[in-house]
Amino acid sequence: MSETAKKTSAKVLVFSTEKISDPAIDLAGLLKLHYPPTVYVITVPCSSSVKPKWIMHAFEKGYDGVFIAADGSDCPFSETCTEKTSDIIAQTHILMKEKGMNPAKLKMAAICSVCAEPFVKHMNNFVEELSRN
Amino acid sequence: MKQKIGVYICHCGANIADHIDVEKVKASVETYPGVFLARTTMFACSDSAQKEIEEDIRSNQLDAIVVASCSPKLHLQTFRNVAMRGGLNQYNYVQVNIREQGSWAHSDKPADATTKAIQLVKAGIARVAESKELEMLRINAANKVAVIGAGVAGLRAAVELADMGTEVFLIEKEHFIGGRVSQWGKLFTSDQTGEMIVKNLYKDVIKHPKVKLYTGTQVAAKSGSVGNYNLELKITPRFITEACIPNAFDKAIEVCPVEVDDEFNFGMNKRKAIYKNYASEFPHLPAIDIENCTKCGKCVEVCSNIDLDQEVRTETINVGSILISTGFDPYEPAEGEYGYKTIDNVITLQQFLRLIELSGSKLTYKGKEIKTVGYIYCVGSMQIKGDKKYCSRYCCTSAIHTANEVYDKYKVKSYHLNRGIRTYGKQELLYTQSSLNGDVYVEFDPKKEPVIIKNGKGAVINVIDLLTAKEELEIPVDLVVLVTGMVPRKGNTIGDILKVPIGRDKFFNEIHPKLRPVETVIDGVQIAGASQSPKNISESLKSSLAAASKAASLVSKGEIELEPTLAKIHKNICEWCGKCAAICPFGAITKTTIEGREVAQVNVANCKGCGMCLPVCPVDAIDLIGYTNREIESMIDALID
Ligand code: SF4
Ligand code: SF4
Repeated sequence: MSETAKKTSAKVLVFSTEKISDPAIDLAGLLKLHYPPTVYVITVPCSSSVKPKWIMHAFEKGYDGVFIAADGSDCPFSETCTEKTSDIIAQTHILMKEKGMNPAKLKMAAICSVCAEPFVKHMNNFVEELSRN
Repeated sequence: MKQKIGVYICHCGANIADHIDVEKVKASVETYPGVFLARTTMFACSDSAQKEIEEDIRSNQLDAIVVASCSPKLHLQTFRNVAMRGGLNQYNYVQVNIREQGSWAHSDKPADATTKAIQLVKAGIARVAESKELEMLRINAANKVAVIGAGVAGLRAAVELADMGTEVFLIEKEHFIGGRVSQWGKLFTSDQTGEMIVKNLYKDVIKHPKVKLYTGTQVAAKSGSVGNYNLELKITPRFITEACIPNAFDKAIEVCPVEVDDEFNFGMNKRKAIYKNYASEFPHLPAIDIENCTKCGKCVEVCSNIDLDQEVRTETINVGSILISTGFDPYEPAEGEYGYKTIDNVITLQQFLRLIELSGSKLTYKGKEIKTVGYIYCVGSMQIKGDKKYCSRYCCTSAIHTANEVYDKYKVKSYHLNRGIRTYGKQELLYTQSSLNGDVYVEFDPKKEPVIIKNGKGAVINVIDLLTAKEELEIPVDLVVLVTGMVPRKGNTIGDILKVPIGRDKFFNEIHPKLRPVETVIDGVQIAGASQSPKNISESLKSSLAAASKAASLVSKGEIELEPTLAKIHKNICEWCGKCAAICPFGAITKTTIEGREVAQVNVANCKGCGMCLPVCPVDAIDLIGYTNREIESMIDALID
C-alpha cells in the first residue's frame, strides 16, 4: 500500500512560459489527457528567467522535482533561450550536488504551444521516476 | 501586503464543479491570511456575477481579488475589467486556472483535483497579496498586415484591411489566386460561379494601392513579435516575363512536351508544365511548374517572353500582425474506401464537379454516358474512429446542389445514401427541389456502410435502408460519387513557423470559439476561413471580415498596449559587473552612476520583460515586475503548504 501511495505522491513544480508552454498544458486539460495532480505550474515569461534560487527554494520546501518547460526554438524573445535555460540547469545542478541532492530531480525539456501529449508524457515519467527513488 | 482580498471560485457550470468540490475549496481558503471574503459562483464570467464582484470590491473596499476559473488565456481581461470597474488597479487581480489545469486534467481523480485546486487558489492569494498597482506599456506597431492565402477569405480580408487604411501583403503559395472556390462551378444561392466570385474579389484587390500581392510565395521564417514581425518570403518565379503576347503563350503551352496530372481538376485530365488552370484565371500570365519542367527549351523557341533562368528570391517584410487564411483540402479517400481507386467508376464529389465543368452537352466518364449517380455521404466526416469526427458542413448542400445541376442539364437520376441530411437554413430549398426532381434518399447506419460492387461498366451499391424496415437495397448506378468532407491543408508549414495551436480536428485553433473566434494564442496572429474549421463560402467570408477587423484594431492605432513586465534593478545591491547588460538580447541595460557608484539601469523602451537578465546577476539585484522573488517564492510556498 505504501508503495502505491508513494508512487502517486511525488510533487513536481513546473516553470512554464506564458506564451509557449502554458497553451500546451491548457490543451492537455482540454483534451482530458491526464497527468498526476501533484504537478503544479508557475508561469514565467521565458524559461531563461528562472532563478536557480527559486528552484533551490522549491526543493527546500519539499518538492520532489522541478521541471522547466523551455520554449526551445519557439521562444519569442531569443533564439538562445534553450542554451540559456541549460546554463541555469547546469548552475543549479552544482548547487544541488553541494547539498548532496540527486541532480535527476531537476529536468528541462522543450514544450511547444501544441505539445500537449509530450508534456503529459514528461509528467507521467518524471513523477513515476521520482516516486521510485 | 494586501489585507482585504476577495476570492471567487467558479463552478463553470459543470466543467469545474463536476470534478472539483468548489465548496470545499472555498472553505479551505476563506481563513487564509489576507482573505476578507470567499464566494463560489456558477459562472464567474456572467454579467450578473461580474456585477456582484464589482459591488463586493466597492462596498467592502477590497484591495485585491482572485478568481479561480478557466485559463487566463480566456478571461484575464474580463476580470481585469471587473477589477477596474470596481475601482481596483487591474494588476491587483490574479486568475487561477482550476479548469484546464485542474478539473479537466484530473477529471479521473476528483479528490486529488480538489486538493490541487485548493493549493492553486492559495498560491493565487499569495501572489495577489504581493501585487503592486501597475500601468500598461505602449509599444509602436507597424500598421501593416500579412494575409497568408489568397483564396476568397484572404482576398476579402485584404480588401477590407486596405479599405481601413492598413497596408497589406497578400501572400499566395500558388501562382494563381482564388484557392478552392475557383474550382467550383455554379454556386448556391446566387447562381454565380466560383470563377465570377474570385474575379470580383481580384478586381478589388488589384486596384487597391495598399495591397501588394505575392504569388508563388511562401513564408520561410519569422522573427519578432506582435507589432513588429519580420517575415522572410521565398518567392518562386513564374519563369515568364511581364510583357505578354497571348498567342505566343498558347503556342508555348501547345509545344510543351511534359504532361502531368492536373491537380486543379483533381486528376480528371492532364496539363502541361507551362499552364493556366482556366482561361480567365488571375494573374493573367501563365506559369511554369518548375518541378516538372525539363528545361527542354521548346517553349522558349516559340515565345520570347519565357525566361527559364529566373531565380527563386527572398524578401523580408515587416508587419504588425498576421492573418492566416490557408483554406482546406478535400478529404482524399483511402485506396479501396468505397471502391475508390479500385473500382473505375468511383470518384469524389470534387472530381465530379470538375468533370461537369469539363463536359459539354453530354455527361460522360471514361467513355460511358452518365445517367444515374449514387452519392455516398459523410466520406471522411463524422467518422466513428480517428480525428475526423466533425461534420464538414458544406458537403450535403454541395452534393444536393450538384444533383440538381446534373438533373437540369443532363436529366441524371440521383440516389443520396446519407446519414441524415444537413441542408440547414436557405439550403433546405435545394433539398426540396431535389425531392421534386425525383431524387431518392436512403439513410444508412454508419456501422453498416454501403458496399460498392463493380458491375460491367457501372457499379451496384448494396445498402440497408434504415427508414424502410431495414430492407437491403441493390442500386445499380453509372457513377458512384463520394461526398468527401474537409481536412486541414496538407504540408501547411505556416502553422509550424508561427506556432499556431491546432485543435483535436487538426484545424487551427482559436482562443475561444464564442468569445475570441478569430484570434490565436499567438499575439497578433488571426485565423480565417476553412483554415480554422470546415466552412461554406459565406461563413468563410464572415470569419475573414472578423479577422480583418481584429487585425486592424490591433495595428491601426500605431501602438499596442503591452503588459508592464519590466526588469527592475535594485541599485543599492548592484555592483556593476555588466553580466545583465551582456545577456540582454534587446540591449536594454546600460551603466549609470548614482552617488559615485556605477550601477546598471534598465531602458524601459527596450526592455521586453523576458527576464533573461534575472538569473545571471551574481548578487540577485534584479527583479522582474510581476515575477518578483517575493511573488514567486510565496507561490512556491503556498502550492506545497
Ligand atoms: S528583462 Fe529581458 S529585455 Fe528586460 S532587461 Fe532583462 S534581459 Fe533585457
Ligand atoms: S548583473 Fe546584477 S550586479 Fe551585475 S550589473 Fe546587472 S544588476 Fe548589477
